[in-house]
Amino acid sequence: MKRKLSVGLVLLLFIFLALSGCFSGETKNEPEKPTAPSEEGKENEQEASGPKILRLNNNEEPGSLHPGTAQGTHDSWILEHAFEGLTKKTPEGEIIPGIAESWDTSEDGLTWTFKLRGDAKWSNGDPVTAHDFEYAWKYALNPETASTYAYQLYYLEGGEAYNSAEAGADLEALEAAVGVKAVDDTTLEVKLAQPTPYFVDLTSFYTYYPINKAVQEADPNWYQEADSYVSNGAFKLTEWKHKESMKLAKNENYYDRDKINLDEVHFVIIDDENTSWQMYQSDELDLVYPLPQDVIGQLKAENNPEFQIGSDLAVYYYNLNTEKKPFNNVKIRKALSMAVDRETIVEHVAQGGQLPAYSIVPPGIPDVSGDYQENTGKLFEANIEEAKKLLEEGLAEEGLDKFPAVTLTYNTSEGHKMIAEAVQEMWRKNLGVEITLENVEFQVKLDREKAGDYEISRAGWVGDYVDPMTFMDLWVTDGPYNDANWSNAEYDKLVNLAKTTMVQEDRMKAMHDAEKILMDEMPVIPIYFYTKPFTVKPHVTGIYTPINSYPQFIFADIKN
Amino acid sequence: MKNHPNLTEDMFTPVEQKFEEAEKIARPSISYWKDVWNRLKENKLALLGLILIIIIGIMAIIGPHLNGYTYYEQDFTKKNLRPNAEHGFGTDASGRELFTRAWYGARISLFIGLMAALIDFVAGIIYGGISGIRGGKVDNVMMRIAEVLYAIPYLLMVILVMIVLERGLWAIIIAMSITGWIPMARLVRGQVLQLKEYEYIQAANAMGAKTSWILRRHIIPNTMGPILVNVTLTVPTAIFAEATLSFLGLGIPAPKASWGTMANDALGSILIGNFYQLFFPAFLISLTMFAFNVFGDGLRDALDPKLRK
Amino acid sequence: MLTYIGKRIVLAVVTLWVIVTLTFILMHSIPGNPFAQEGTMPEAVYNNLQSYYNLDKPLHVQYGLYLLSILQFDFGPSYKSSTLTVNDLIVNGFPVSLHLGTQALLIAIPLGLLFGIIAALYRNRWPDYSSMILAIVGISVPNFILATFLINYLAVELRWFPVATWKSWSHTVLPSLSLAMMPMAFIARLMRSSMLEVMSQDYILTAKAKGLKKGTIILKHAIRNAILPVVTIVGILIANIVTGSFIIEKIFGIPGMGEMFVTSIFNRDYPVILGSTIFYSAILILLILIVDIAYTWIDPRIKITGESK
Repeated sequence: MKRKLSVGLVLLLFIFLALSGCFSGETKNEPEKPTAPSEEGKENEQEASGPKILRLNNNEEPGSLHPGTAQGTHDSWILEHAFEGLTKKTPEGEIIPGIAESWDTSEDGLTWTFKLRGDAKWSNGDPVTAHDFEYAWKYALNPETASTYAYQLYYLEGGEAYNSAEAGADLEALEAAVGVKAVDDTTLEVKLAQPTPYFVDLTSFYTYYPINKAVQEADPNWYQEADSYVSNGAFKLTEWKHKESMKLAKNENYYDRDKINLDEVHFVIIDDENTSWQMYQSDELDLVYPLPQDVIGQLKAENNPEFQIGSDLAVYYYNLNTEKKPFNNVKIRKALSMAVDRETIVEHVAQGGQLPAYSIVPPGIPDVSGDYQENTGKLFEANIEEAKKLLEEGLAEEGLDKFPAVTLTYNTSEGHKMIAEAVQEMWRKNLGVEITLENVEFQVKLDREKAGDYEISRAGWVGDYVDPMTFMDLWVTDGPYNDANWSNAEYDKLVNLAKTTMVQEDRMKAMHDAEKILMDEMPVIPIYFYTKPFTVKPHVTGIYTPINSYPQFIFADIKN
Repeated sequence: MKNHPNLTEDMFTPVEQKFEEAEKIARPSISYWKDVWNRLKENKLALLGLILIIIIGIMAIIGPHLNGYTYYEQDFTKKNLRPNAEHGFGTDASGRELFTRAWYGARISLFIGLMAALIDFVAGIIYGGISGIRGGKVDNVMMRIAEVLYAIPYLLMVILVMIVLERGLWAIIIAMSITGWIPMARLVRGQVLQLKEYEYIQAANAMGAKTSWILRRHIIPNTMGPILVNVTLTVPTAIFAEATLSFLGLGIPAPKASWGTMANDALGSILIGNFYQLFFPAFLISLTMFAFNVFGDGLRDALDPKLRK
Repeated sequence: MLTYIGKRIVLAVVTLWVIVTLTFILMHSIPGNPFAQEGTMPEAVYNNLQSYYNLDKPLHVQYGLYLLSILQFDFGPSYKSSTLTVNDLIVNGFPVSLHLGTQALLIAIPLGLLFGIIAALYRNRWPDYSSMILAIVGISVPNFILATFLINYLAVELRWFPVATWKSWSHTVLPSLSLAMMPMAFIARLMRSSMLEVMSQDYILTAKAKGLKKGTIILKHAIRNAILPVVTIVGILIANIVTGSFIIEKIFGIPGMGEMFVTSIFNRDYPVILGSTIFYSAILILLILIVDIAYTWIDPRIKITGESK
């Protein structure tokens, strides 16, 4: 009999835990209560007289904090605040002078001349010169550097040739042929391979940041530790405990230092989204991005004032491997696309105010007049009946009596899983098509996409610069990102036209036409356009979210 | 025995000591396993465990068919519903019915747990028993091989297997079993090493008994205690090794569910106060654990010849 | 004894070598290229990376080069981090994991033994029941679920402890607790059943009959013998905890070896995988050696070097 008591007790334990859940139905976001003093007391309370410290989570250990070899958002978030390029962007997304105070271009759009401001300094006091820019860009293009983002510099004359040099080539000659030259300390002359209207936008991207030539030549490993780290932006790196934390402090040598309110920024490295959110709830973090899936929905539903939806420039889509049956058939591809209920996915799964995507280029890019995506409108409709018909026809064309077994591959994440499950179920319910799901690590997915070893794979693309070309360029024949292995001569022609003319009307029309072709052939199935849902504590102000980068805190302030 | 009023000396007569009777066994002869079953029956708690196991097993078979919902249909208008009359366990974030999913998951989790325990039991006893009894060089070599296999990090082994095989139920079981039997083997070997020195084993050896006979007749029954405890703990260990794999994204792929994947899916829902999604899989895991533990205990007690009354 | 240890060390080295070789082969047969990235890498850059990391050389040459560098304790560079070498990662990560694991064990072993002994001594009475309830909870609730609950209640709601990271002593409490529950439960159960076995042995009865005090009996005879199966498991638990606490480290953002190791598997970061496998294996082998020696100390009847008669 007494053992039954223990059963009861275990049950009670769980019931207690479950019931206590009933009382905490809302997310914990009340305004800050005074916290009990703890060892971390200084971190948890912002005294009026104390330093202004912003506490963030970088999610992962940076792979490389060198602008030339940076690999992704875990590097760029810090780089964007520690460095500054020729140009930068306002909170509204306008391009304004950065280190370059002015620039102009030749008539043919091939030569750009940048005049640098004279008072820009590195965090160690050295002046920022045009030589630093030339050096940095050539370093990134050097094939021995093996920079992931070297391709961003292919707009320069001789850039691609240098970066793709074969073994044994004359690297010095190739380097000298790259179209960037420091005419003098404050003048940078850039020669482009072809006229590129959005080139100035590109100069705010981190691969275009300068490097202190003297520092790097003295110590090639300067970027690996905080002590040797030298940068030219609003903040400098003062501490880096690998895999644990990083600290930034205001750069006293920054020319605009008076506009910088924060004294320090502290990063932790917490991989787990749930934990990150819990830290925010317990006032150990001031801003959380990205948020866990479940939390987004609830924050939005309760109109929580700390919850904000920033805009993004990215599209979530599925690649269909057109080299594998049955995805070589247009009708089958379109059928699958038309059977997806994007509204449900956006409203119930992603829940972050995303926009269902019936085209490929996201909103936020100015067209000749108006917004490019708005002008595009819906290039196709979801229609289950039509989809069923197309599927039947397509299968008949391919000589298949039923849909073959295929696998949808996505990289491991709660969000991707839920969307994949929803799509899987939609195809089953609406078309009677059953697919298997498979989740792999991001690295593996990339590798398999490159090798063509997949049937359907989940993908997302964030625009590198604010022009439709950053998306259109993805699917040219044999393009490096054309994982669907799709090819269409007319599409290639239109995209090439848009790349080689400076006339906006012509460019935009060509890209709109190309996008229509893309959606007519549907080698990729767009699902939605991203947004950036994040939360920030009410005592932090001045955070803004440019459309294609993480929340920027350069002008942030902490009120008490 | 003091002077008891009701007992007098003439009530007692001495028993005659006959030579033939000296060797007679006074109790009816009973086979080892029948005795075990009898003793088990008397242990109410162990019976409770067994009953629970049977109930869970039955529910695993019929449960998913009980209320007409499937485990994979999604209905976003009904997502995240708390338990109610229509949905006894509520619904998850995709609107899937949790009662059905829980029992579907029972099938999968139980299958994994039982298979893993079985493989561990058989492989561990054979390997550890032989190694312990032989001793010396054989023991050395066998244990070294076991060490090498065991030293290859568990996760690495699992991931490799998962990649080579198609992700699914058998991949997980095979992956877990490749090194899962080793703790059992070490345990058995340790016990055997200890027992080997006992006189009755040495006597049996002296009388020329074969190794396998000694294993079967003496060693195994006497090591059953810790072995059985180990086995009953293998089942839960396996079940939540699978939960761990799910946490890493290596679990059963959707839309199939196991208790592990359900628990993992539910972690995020805690953040918004929905404990019920986590409660049911976690509770079912514990209940199953409790049942196996209690039954294992009873079985151990019943199997121990020394506790025979 | 010394020859025994000497032999064991030689064996240990051989085992390590086998493990290195096996892991090397396994690593190079997993599909997945660590340098895959969005877009294509120019051929030249790819070739540069390959030759920098010696990946363009034939497999046996790579193997040889690697063995050579290991002998000099150089585990090479990491593919993923341009800043840290494998040695750096291990040197940074291991002390953290060691601290976490040791703290967890310092909670788990004493408490586990204590609960197990008490449960056995007060069998079928309330100390037994309450200890076993705790054990059941410890075994049935996967550590990541436990961790989530602990964080939710003790950190977010009650603010007794910080949620995550590894900055001060109070940051270590929740992770250690989460990590300690399962080993503690395991130890408690095993110790209980082992104690019960031992207590029913004849020599205990003899000791009681001799009139020895209960305390002496328990300490000098019962525990010493009962602890043997537990000692086997403890060795393995230690190895697992110290390096395998990846889930706890991931949840709490603790920069230890467990987390680094699994991340490296997902990233196909071969040098890190190989380096930590070797390190982990070396520790395990050392621990098993210690455990085996502990056997002889505890039970002098075991002659490990003895051949079977």
